[in-house]
Amino acid sequence: MRLARGHVLIGINEEALLAGARNVEKALRDGLAEAGLQEEIEVIETGDLGATGQGIMLSVFPDGVVYAGVTVADVAEIVSEHLLKGRPVERLRLAARPTGPTGLTKKQPRIVLDNCGVIDPESLEEAIASGAYEALAQVIESGTKPADVIDVVKKSGLRGRGGAGFPTGLKWSFTAPGEQKYIVCNADEGEPGTFKDRLILEGDPHRLVEGMMLAGYAVGASKGYIYIRGEYSLSIERMQKAIDASREAGLLGEAILGSEFAFDLEIKKGAGAYVCGEETSLIESIEGKRGFPRLKPPYPGAMGLWSKPTVVNNVETLANIPPILRHGAEWFRGYGTESSPGTKVYTILGQVAHPGLIEVEMGTPLRTIIDEFGGGVAEGKRFKGALIGGAAGAFVNAEGIDVGMDYENLKEYAAVLGSGAILVLGEDASIVEMLRGILHFFQHESCGQCVPCRAGTPALRAIMDRIVEGHGSQADLDDLVRIAETMQAASLCPLGQSPILPIQTALDGFAEEFQAALHQGAAVD
Amino acid sequence: MRSLLEKYPQTAEHMLDMLHDLQEAEPRNYLTRDALRAVADYLNVPLSTVVSTATFYSMYSLKPRGRHIIRICESPPCQIVGAETLIDLLAQHLGIGVGETTEDEVFTLETTSCLGVCGVAPAMMIDEELYGNLTAARVVDVVEDVRRRDATG
Repeated sequence: MRLARGHVLIGINEEALLAGARNVEKALRDGLAEAGLQEEIEVIETGDLGATGQGIMLSVFPDGVVYAGVTVADVAEIVSEHLLKGRPVERLRLAARPTGPTGLTKKQPRIVLDNCGVIDPESLEEAIASGAYEALAQVIESGTKPADVIDVVKKSGLRGRGGAGFPTGLKWSFTAPGEQKYIVCNADEGEPGTFKDRLILEGDPHRLVEGMMLAGYAVGASKGYIYIRGEYSLSIERMQKAIDASREAGLLGEAILGSEFAFDLEIKKGAGAYVCGEETSLIESIEGKRGFPRLKPPYPGAMGLWSKPTVVNNVETLANIPPILRHGAEWFRGYGTESSPGTKVYTILGQVAHPGLIEVEMGTPLRTIIDEFGGGVAEGKRFKGALIGGAAGAFVNAEGIDVGMDYENLKEYAAVLGSGAILVLGEDASIVEMLRGILHFFQHESCGQCVPCRAGTPALRAIMDRIVEGHGSQADLDDLVRIAETMQAASLCPLGQSPILPIQTALDGFAEEFQAALHQGAAVD
Repeated sequence: MRSLLEKYPQTAEHMLDMLHDLQEAEPRNYLTRDALRAVADYLNVPLSTVVSTATFYSMYSLKPRGRHIIRICESPPCQIVGAETLIDLLAQHLGIGVGETTEDEVFTLETTSCLGVCGVAPAMMIDEELYGNLTAARVVDVVEDVRRRDATG
């Protein structure tokens, strides 16, 4: 491997691509060649650099300088001033913000995202150099028993990062005995405002491959499926490359690292259905059917894919497995809280100064996340509230901003934490309008299998339309809750059980706004 | 059609992949009756099974669509930055409603749930390309640009 004196990492994700990252990359390579630096400075494509809405970003090592909003026209200056003369181009530097993978702060512990934006996600060698497959090798070479792997995960206290927060080790230990078992990774990230899993898939795909292999080893599964949203083309492409490279290197397949362990992976591309984020719908979809949720029990651990015992874990959950096995349960417990150890990845969006992707310890107060990591409300506006967890999430008003973000504090709405979406609302946001948007969404995504959800979602939507138009009544507000409660009690899956969360939290937290809407409709600017 | 299907083993597990492939191979971006029939025959399942699966997922269409599909995001993060106005504007500009195809068969306008690029909301996807930070002016520019490229072939 040729040694370079410096590296320029270019963040390649969907956003950067649409801003023209390929052109910048080409200009950079051309510029370096022209300056005779092509042997000294290496250009590396990496995943997300930890900030969104910042255009094309470059991270220069070893200086640790991060540039944002770079255009083709800026490249010549970066090359001649910084890379040639060593003077960073100040006007392009990312304003100091306390996030980012490049050590801009020590406030962000990175367990899940430590390689995202640092390594070239398309290179197996770089992944290995950063510790990928080390945990797998440790486990296999030390002859660790599968039950002991499960034990470490149990002791770590890791809880599912998909939604319900079920202890991962326990879930694994509940997998029924059987000849054929499956590991399924849920990468059908559909909750509005959520894209943390996409950035893990795009930024560190080998982490997921290793996490699934370890899960397979622990429960005795030889086959894994990654179900990725059909819309995530770059994720699918990078994941496929990672799987191919691992297979080529003999890391996937038969006799892994000389042991008897065999494991292989396959990607399944979704086709556009929010409900498929529910684990049994997702299983139906992998089987090539309509994504209708199944009745539970039996749970997938007993009867899942093709009626075989199946573990379904979220991307972020599986991404936590390799570091836990590498460093041990105690190390992991050093982060987060007693009942919710570890970190959580969030996307901060909406009317916030610095939208982006962050990883913080469990239990970090919402206020810290918004003020310190998000830079507060955009344009200095007053904080009105936040929608946490996407459509199936909860509204928090200004009084709720000090809530600690962990499973205990958010117990009443457990699903909220998982998706990691934090949508910040400034003073002029209309909660009434937002709730209407959410209820339209649920009607659209209801799969139609069970009656409470099929009949309930259009009823909720119709009521909300009436309220927005200024024709609502107190009875309508009561009906919203009554119908949503019935759906919560009687629906087959979390989709129908969820609308009560945004409805109840919106009505409780913003009662005055709804009262006003009954008289004059929602304020539309 | 047969050659596209024969890439896959004859098990229902691959139905979604087959439908993706057949739809992509059809210039009008939809699943023809023949395509659905071919999948049913290949997998030896009733046509109704294939139709029921295809109609469940929003990425498949059983009606002919335009050569280019505009999917504009209508989820809350896009909504709070004005996606609804953009949807109306696009509909007006193209002279069609959501779910409809322009007379010249160039565009079909669809809405979609979250595209996962909320950092650059409001966003839309035309075919496989993503476009973010949309404004009234930009959304029309982008669409017209695609139309020009379509015309020149």
